[in-house]
Amino acid sequence: MSDLRDLYQEVIFDHNRNPRNCYCMKGANRTAEGFNPLCGDRLTLYLKVEDGRIAEASFQGSGCAISTASASLMTEALKGKSLEEAERLFQAFHGRITRDTGAAAPVDLGKLEVLSGVSEFPTRVKCATLAWHTLNAALEDKDEPATTE
Amino acid sequence: MSSVKEPVERRLQGEAVSALDVARIRADFPILDQQVYGKPLVYLDNAATTQKPRAVIDAVTRYYEHDNSNVHRGVHALSQRATEEYEGVREKVRAFLNARSVRELVFVRGATEAINLVAATFGRMRIREGEEILLTEMEHHSNIVPWQLLAEQTGAVLKVVPITDSGELVMEEFERLLGPRTRLVAVAHLSNALGTINPARRIIGLAHAQGVPVLLDGAQAAPHIRVDVQELDCDFYAFSGHKLYGPTGIGILYGKEKWLEDMPPYQGGGEMIRQVSFKRSTYGDIPAKFEAGTPNIAGAIGLGAAIDYIQAIGLDAIAAHEHAVLEYALAAAEEVPGMRVVGCARAKASILSFVLEGIHPHDIGTILDRQGLAVRAGHHCAMPVMEHYGLPATARASFAVYNTREEVDALMAGIRKVREVFGQ
Repeated sequence: MSDLRDLYQEVIFDHNRNPRNCYCMKGANRTAEGFNPLCGDRLTLYLKVEDGRIAEASFQGSGCAISTASASLMTEALKGKSLEEAERLFQAFHGRITRDTGAAAPVDLGKLEVLSGVSEFPTRVKCATLAWHTLNAALEDKDEPATTE
Repeated sequence: MSSVKEPVERRLQGEAVSALDVARIRADFPILDQQVYGKPLVYLDNAATTQKPRAVIDAVTRYYEHDNSNVHRGVHALSQRATEEYEGVREKVRAFLNARSVRELVFVRGATEAINLVAATFGRMRIREGEEILLTEMEHHSNIVPWQLLAEQTGAVLKVVPITDSGELVMEEFERLLGPRTRLVAVAHLSNALGTINPARRIIGLAHAQGVPVLLDGAQAAPHIRVDVQELDCDFYAFSGHKLYGPTGIGILYGKEKWLEDMPPYQGGGEMIRQVSFKRSTYGDIPAKFEAGTPNIAGAIGLGAAIDYIQAIGLDAIAAHEHAVLEYALAAAEEVPGMRVVGCARAKASILSFVLEGIHPHDIGTILDRQGLAVRAGHHCAMPVMEHYGLPATARASFAVYNTREEVDALMAGIRKVREVFGQ
């Protein structure tokens, strides 16, 4: 069972029970929907981007402990990051979880390290990366008039 | 003498029905004898696919080692043997479903293709704009999407019979929705997400009283309850070999002769024609008309071996055994704090869909997996059912002939472990 503890670390339970930044954000200027059709997990990501930096990030949705904790930890990590930093964090996190080490220079994942155990559970990688793919969609939303700053 | 002998015989018969020699049956399935993550495999994902007995594996191997050839073509010995074996399976399926004639049985890839075949031929020919196809809220996506595709092409309309919270069809609504524009009723015989056995006889009786034909999706039912298509009087019956201890990629569409005769071909190609010229082609008789191209011969032969295997045990004995295991599981589930069974129809078979308070089914699935317990977690290709219960997903244990009460005990111990991992 020790490997289960690698996946389900205490921090993950904490964020699953009490997800941070879990609310519908009024005045968000970037939003994106994430959906995993295989398991039915859904989430909506809200960003408030000011002067090229993420001033606020929040999410709402339903998912397993891994996907909820991942979304919660991600919104915490995003706060204050520039859009470029957020993009680099996405690449680094994705590379770490999928064990694709060919990515760019190593980025310190900080608290997000607690999710690295997911890489041992290939069937759960999509749970951990759903929020991040949603972030990517929100970041790529640049040209949309509704989200220009 | 006889007064002494009689009760013994009765007792033996009773035992045969209530207690199969499961240890012997398990020994027939090589895959069950293994460990997963150091724990004995407890395979409870039978609604997704069943494991294969040695007899099926051997039949497929024997075919490839001795008889492999194309069917219905060659003049040589191998082709004759392959054809005889392949067509022999059609007769086995006929006896299994009690169809009138082998002409009523079409080999397909599985239940999904069977339903798509009916939609693409019967549906396209007979169901026009504004006319209705009556489905139910508990259908598998494979009995929803083919009809949606048809509706998009023809302007036909889908009507949906709702279910109660216990997972039964609301029959008053069925009767109300069965109207003058209804052209087909398509309904699951046994729900894959809830385990509900639908009242097929009643549904068919009501539909036929209005002159409406009925398709039964038997993908889940065929391995678990005895199917007699003449007694049911259904117009179409679809099932898959791989949920019936047979290979993947082979299944059956049963259709009443009058419909099959009337339907246009499904796919064009070899095997299904009588004569071909560039001006026009004429089609073969049923069922060949629906079987273009070289079929899954080995799969069919494996299916034949699976049917032999089931018939030797007896579907009634299988159903009785599985029912006992399910009842045992339902009772055990009540003892687990926070565990809620989804779907408690009065007539129910082989499926234990459940949720745990505060724990997502995916987490349940992963933690059970690490204990050697194979269950399904997700929407079970029945998203409308999940929507009905307001759930994103459920965990599902589904039973087959080789499952035991000890495995149910292991499942419940596993579920308690899930709660422990989550600090409950």
